[in-house]
Amino acid sequence: MTSPAPSGTEPSGTAAGAGAPAHTGSQGTRVLGSVTAAGLVMLSLFALVFSPAEADQGDAVRLMYIHVPTAVVAFLAFFVTAAGSALWLWKKSRWWDLVAASSAEIGVIFTALTLVTGMVWGRPIWGVYWTWDARLTSTALLLLLFLGYLAIRRVPAEPDVRNRRAAFAGLIAVVDVPIVHYSVNWWNSLHQEPTITRLDPSIDGLMLFTLMLGIVVFLLLYLWLLVHRFRLAWLEEQLASSDLAAALVERRAEADEATISAPPAPSSAAKASGTIAEASR
Amino acid sequence: MELAVHLRAAVSLLGRFPALAGVDLDVAPGEIVLIQGPNGAGKTTLLRACAGLVPVVRGVAVVLGHDLRVDARLVRRRVGLLGHATFLYDDLTVADNVRFWSRACGASRADADAAMARLGLEGRLADVVVARLSAGQRRRASIAAMIARRPELWLLDEPHAGLDQAGRDVVDTLVRDAAAAGATVLVASHELDRARALAGRTVTIAGGTIPSGGTTPPVLASGSPVYGPRGRQNDGWVDAGAPGAPGEVVGVP
Amino acid sequence: MFRDAWLVAGKDLRLEARSRVTTNQVAPFAVTVLILFAFALDPDSDVLERATAGLFWVAVLLSSLLALQRAFTVESVDGNRDALRLSGLEPAGIFLGKACAVAAQLIVLEVVLGIGVVVLYDATLAGPLLLGATCLAATAGLAAAGTLYGVLAAGLRVRDTLLPLLLFPVVAPVLIGGTRAFEAALGDVPGEGWPWVGLLCVFAAVYTAFGVLAFGPILEES
Repeated sequence: MTSPAPSGTEPSGTAAGAGAPAHTGSQGTRVLGSVTAAGLVMLSLFALVFSPAEADQGDAVRLMYIHVPTAVVAFLAFFVTAAGSALWLWKKSRWWDLVAASSAEIGVIFTALTLVTGMVWGRPIWGVYWTWDARLTSTALLLLLFLGYLAIRRVPAEPDVRNRRAAFAGLIAVVDVPIVHYSVNWWNSLHQEPTITRLDPSIDGLMLFTLMLGIVVFLLLYLWLLVHRFRLAWLEEQLASSDLAAALVERRAEADEATISAPPAPSSAAKASGTIAEASR
Repeated sequence: MELAVHLRAAVSLLGRFPALAGVDLDVAPGEIVLIQGPNGAGKTTLLRACAGLVPVVRGVAVVLGHDLRVDARLVRRRVGLLGHATFLYDDLTVADNVRFWSRACGASRADADAAMARLGLEGRLADVVVARLSAGQRRRASIAAMIARRPELWLLDEPHAGLDQAGRDVVDTLVRDAAAAGATVLVASHELDRARALAGRTVTIAGGTIPSGGTTPPVLASGSPVYGPRGRQNDGWVDAGAPGAPGEVVGVP
Repeated sequence: MFRDAWLVAGKDLRLEARSRVTTNQVAPFAVTVLILFAFALDPDSDVLERATAGLFWVAVLLSSLLALQRAFTVESVDGNRDALRLSGLEPAGIFLGKACAVAAQLIVLEVVLGIGVVVLYDATLAGPLLLGATCLAATAGLAAAGTLYGVLAAGLRVRDTLLPLLLFPVVAPVLIGGTRAFEAALGDVPGEGWPWVGLLCVFAAVYTAFGVLAFGPILEES
């Protein structure tokens, strides 16, 4: 099989190329999954029960334990997409392109989740669903950048063409993320009205621990999803890619069909088998 | 002696489809070769691969001394491709177009004007916007844009299509003059009678391969100048052991 | 590279001169956008005048989309992408040439919009130096990013709907910076505006560099 060797190790360390697995689970991902699940349970306990409600915001602050981690993961996912795109364009191994695409799909979900939790969090505190605060606005733009990347990947065109262009788009966009963030921050600081305070409450002790726990757990969740999505994409890719040698034989067979006179036929068949041996070297 | 085109088991993919599935072809400098074959056989892809537009992923491919698998970009400047597309900007005049493309590759404006004159596109016709030309006139303009670049390798895909009798005669004359001056010409055509009269040799492509006859450039008469890839003079021919005499039709019509 | 850029820019501008798409179609579109804003907002109150900076730049952004679409439509017909690859032009030069031609057209549009804003919204233009610098920096960034995304989207059948989705989020900083700088100029506090011009210059520099480096590889895959 013409499968390119992965130029990095997968987190679980299980061989993905040995034969076609029937599902994307493996020893490693099962361990990772259980750890993540346990972490989520622990996080829920800490977030909902153990950590205290905040003075100003009351219980609404507990949304922070989801909102901030999903934001971290969303931006991380975008950088992974950009890095995967760059490495794919450079090293040409399909592995990187699939990592980039998988990360983008997961990233867009986390970005949407960040925006939703931000809105739900903001409503009871300010009475509005949306304020143009810097983080929310940057995240909204990040969502659009993700959607643009995914849109290119789904354009009706040759897969190689659109994947390459999507990779470039990802790189161009990632260059923009810091600029966007900076300019939105700056813009925001100009019209900050005193009645709207920053979303983040002062946190310490148990709340800080819970927040850190949340970030770690969501990172694990992202990794677990990434591995599964990547493997799925890998299997799809193997299914779609044709064996080059077989395609060559098929193509050459057209020549035999087109030949009318008998004498060239044996020599062309011999030539075909000869050149196949050459080609599959 | 260096061949203008040297392909061995060359494979080119369009997406996942092997349009060229192992082509063997040798073309000597100064030759005119006709490439014939059924639709979908790979004629256009072969020409585009020689132009360096379609990558060759397997086999050997050396055109004008450049290895296509390494630096195809360097070949492009030196070839002229006449394809199905006109390569013209519809909203510019003929003169604008021809001068732009010739200056882009480093030729002079005089080259452009001379090329237009040879194709009968001078005077009033040169200042007509391309969108207003007939199909045949556009074809002439495309040809003018190509020859203004003074390419060393001419890759012509159906050059006679869409031209009137006079136009076809002009094309034939241009091709013969170019070959006499040392350029190499590959012509893909369905106009077999006219093209065979023009070409020194015919190869047939089918199913992405050239089953036979691709690797037998004929012995040239010693008097004709041989244009090596870097302008070196030929210092002797190697007989490729051709089973067929020059001009023999090899392959099935 | 610069010689190639000059050649390509000249070709694009000559194309524009002969077809007059920018003057006959895009400029009227830009003015129409200004008029639509007036319909949408209340012309009696002074909201139009206060929002002039923002409305100006939104109109520029929308018009730039048309200009970019046009710049790449002419390249998509009849195999011109192949022709560019064959031509021997350096891709970085092609990028700079196309971006400069688009920038030139955008400057013209901005002048038209400036007149439109003065006439329709009763704005008074102050701080011409800041206004001019902002326009130049913002236009450079817009043209560079737009040309880059234009070639990415070119040749795809869904190009017309894809380009805005790709371009607008990326040029959000241009909108923010341009508007703030204009507000500073119109509000007679130019000191606040110049830092935004700095941001616009950074944006333009980053995207011009990116375009010079990436245009070749993008053009390569056929």
